[in-house]
Amino acid sequence: MIPDIFQYSFIIRGMEAGMIVAFIAPLIGIFLVLRRYSLIADTLSHVSLAGIAIGLFLGVNPVLTALATTVVASLGIERLRDSKKIYGESALALFLSGSLALAIVLLGLAHGFNTNLFNYLFGSIVTVTVQDVYIIALLAIIVVTLLLAFYKELVYVTFDEEAAQVSGIRTRLVNIILIVLAALTVSLAIPIVGVLLISALIVIPVVTALQLRKSFVQTIVSAEIISFFSVLSGIIVSFYLNLSTGGTIVLIMLAIFILVLTMKSRWFA
Amino acid sequence: MQRVDHSKNIIEVQGISFSYDGKVNVLKSITFAIHSGDYVGLIGPNGAGKTTLLKIMLGLLTPTKGEVRLFGQKINEFKDWYKVGYVPQKATHFDTGFPATVEEVVLMGRYAKRGLFSRTTEEDRKLTREALKQVDMWEYRRRLIGDLSGGQQQRVFIARAIVSQPEVIFLDEPTTGIDRQAQDDFYVLLRKLSGELGLTLVLISHDIKRVTDEVMHIAWIDRTLESYSSPEEYLRMRKEEQTVL
Repeated sequence: MIPDIFQYSFIIRGMEAGMIVAFIAPLIGIFLVLRRYSLIADTLSHVSLAGIAIGLFLGVNPVLTALATTVVASLGIERLRDSKKIYGESALALFLSGSLALAIVLLGLAHGFNTNLFNYLFGSIVTVTVQDVYIIALLAIIVVTLLLAFYKELVYVTFDEEAAQVSGIRTRLVNIILIVLAALTVSLAIPIVGVLLISALIVIPVVTALQLRKSFVQTIVSAEIISFFSVLSGIIVSFYLNLSTGGTIVLIMLAIFILVLTMKSRWFA
Repeated sequence: MQRVDHSKNIIEVQGISFSYDGKVNVLKSITFAIHSGDYVGLIGPNGAGKTTLLKIMLGLLTPTKGEVRLFGQKINEFKDWYKVGYVPQKATHFDTGFPATVEEVVLMGRYAKRGLFSRTTEEDRKLTREALKQVDMWEYRRRLIGDLSGGQQQRVFIARAIVSQPEVIFLDEPTTGIDRQAQDDFYVLLRKLSGELGLTLVLISHDIKRVTDEVMHIAWIDRTLESYSSPEEYLRMRKEEQTVL
């Protein structure tokens, strides 16, 4: 007998989208976390809200406008950071508050303060459309292709930027690739966890896997397992208990993090 | 022992000046050349601009005035970066929580040789094994880099530098913060790289006594190039200077 949950096509769509996001987020997350860029994910997610507001205002698919806005903003952040005219985290603060301000103004104009907005803020797999799944899948293919192309370079630059540069790697290009990848990942995760919880998906599984103190490859694999488990179980649990999907996924991730942390301190006590 | 053509210029520094703000010169009119097979110690007091000079020689900083040539080519046109190894200053440059094994770290030294999309090859793994054996760290290959002692980490970074089969290695204060025994072992290793492999070595150090025992040439930097000489000549000059004072 097929369990109840798979009788609904929106759940299937949500799961498809969710699996893609679960796969991609830690792959980008590992580089962001290790480079102390965790807050970039948070900033870009707020920027994506401005993108969503633009989409709602213009009547275009908000995931597409969010994508365009985050990519443009990510290039702006990297440029400001690289120019060293202002501190790196100040650049983030500027973009975070600036885009939030833009979002609020545009949403007011578009009369967008409704349940629709709530879904974009906190994610709801019910709102995942067939078109969204296609966009997410396409973005995922772009992200994975870029990652495969620049994997070695990203690893070296993340570990030791100067030595990587001396070895002949174009570190500036690699930095731009990384932040654009982060922008793409944020955009593709919006329908599942919403704007406000994306960075959790990118950051928490990686931070948890790092506690295990394994090799680089093993750390990625562990983060992937945590990510898949959290997203799948989050979708199922939230369906049966009628909870917010995004919130449930993030809470499960946090629970795993706390579990790993306590087990680790027990072992090493 | 590898044949070394001592007349070949590895690096030429011509009239280098550098300032961060356009006013105060950190370095002024520095000119010298390092030849193939040389073992050079860059010494000078704290704040003398040694690390700045090294970064200019590696293309990490652009000089305000002057020109650097690597293997006869202008540094901004230089493409054969695999010929250059770099061991950065230990204390400041890496995150001990980074999840990478010793083997993964050394393999990074092969990355630039492989193009986009490519995986590391059997040859890369073989060269990694050889480099780790060269520095006596092969048994530690599965350990995390952050779990090793300072001296062991430094040997791993040497392995990462030699794995790309360079002709010259630049080292920035490599023995800072490691114990006496590990320092001794480290200098033995450098002697082997210089003597047996014929590598050109450029070493920044503040441990003047130790460096003058090891190297072939001393570049004494204090914002300008005070002297470029043999260690014996350098020691004689310093002695005379002190007698005058």
